[in-house]
Amino acid sequence: MDPAFYIAAAIAILSTLMVITRYNIMHALLYLVVSLLAVAVVLYMYGAPFMAALEVIVYAGAIMVLLIFFVMMLNLGKESAERERGWLKPRIWIFPSLLCIILLGELVFLVLQNRQPVSDVIIVNPKDVGMALFGPYIIAVELTGILLMAGIVGAYHLGRQKQKTLHRFLENTEV
Amino acid sequence: MNVHPTTAGMLLAGVLFVLGLISILVRRDIIFMLLSVEIMLNAAGLAFVVASSHWGTADGQVMFMFILAMAAAEVSVGLALILQLYHQLKTLDSDEASKMNG
Repeated sequence: MDPAFYIAAAIAILSTLMVITRYNIMHALLYLVVSLLAVAVVLYMYGAPFMAALEVIVYAGAIMVLLIFFVMMLNLGKESAERERGWLKPRIWIFPSLLCIILLGELVFLVLQNRQPVSDVIIVNPKDVGMALFGPYIIAVELTGILLMAGIVGAYHLGRQKQKTLHRFLENTEV
Repeated sequence: MNVHPTTAGMLLAGVLFVLGLISILVRRDIIFMLLSVEIMLNAAGLAFVVASSHWGTADGQVMFMFILAMAAAEVSVGLALILQLYHQLKTLDSDEASKMNG
């Protein structure tokens, strides 16, 4: 692979590491946006430019902005970061991390075992993707539509407020 | 070091997936757990696209689009659930929600 891939992969892994070690949720979200952009670059290098655009627009653009606005709406501040700092002591995270790293090492070993002649990356153009999407996968597209519909209805039902609630700082004083 | 492109992409997807797995195991804040699920879904989608470019077929990219749609639906429902949890318990600690009392 060319060095551009290694740079993008290193940025993706580093920013994901920063995501899972932050105490403040906003910092973690911003690092996650960087990680998703790096993954979009990797997707572009693997001959999927349309998927890279979708990654930027839908993942980094829509889903992450939804999460960021949600966190801003909940108005989580310093006390949340302090609580998270109290929870993330090394003796808590070191053992599960060790087990996962062992699993990753096993996976790397198994993947590297498979030696094949080097072939170039094959570019799949978006037209083929569209033909496949609305040809053999048409039932899956309809099921995805039903899933999104269920998501909308579920989010509306769960997000509906039963009674008028004030801001949490005002609740104890003014009611 | 001459690594096959498919191998390199699969390794990157594996590393990202394991990072998400570690995060969902060690974190207790429920928004961080949702973020970890996002990281893992993204890694799975990357693996699909890499496999698609390896075989030269469009199936993997179709699966990536389905994963994208599913992640969007999952985030919207998950955020609504977190909102309900926060309004009832006034915290985002996922351990608080282990006590089911009406």
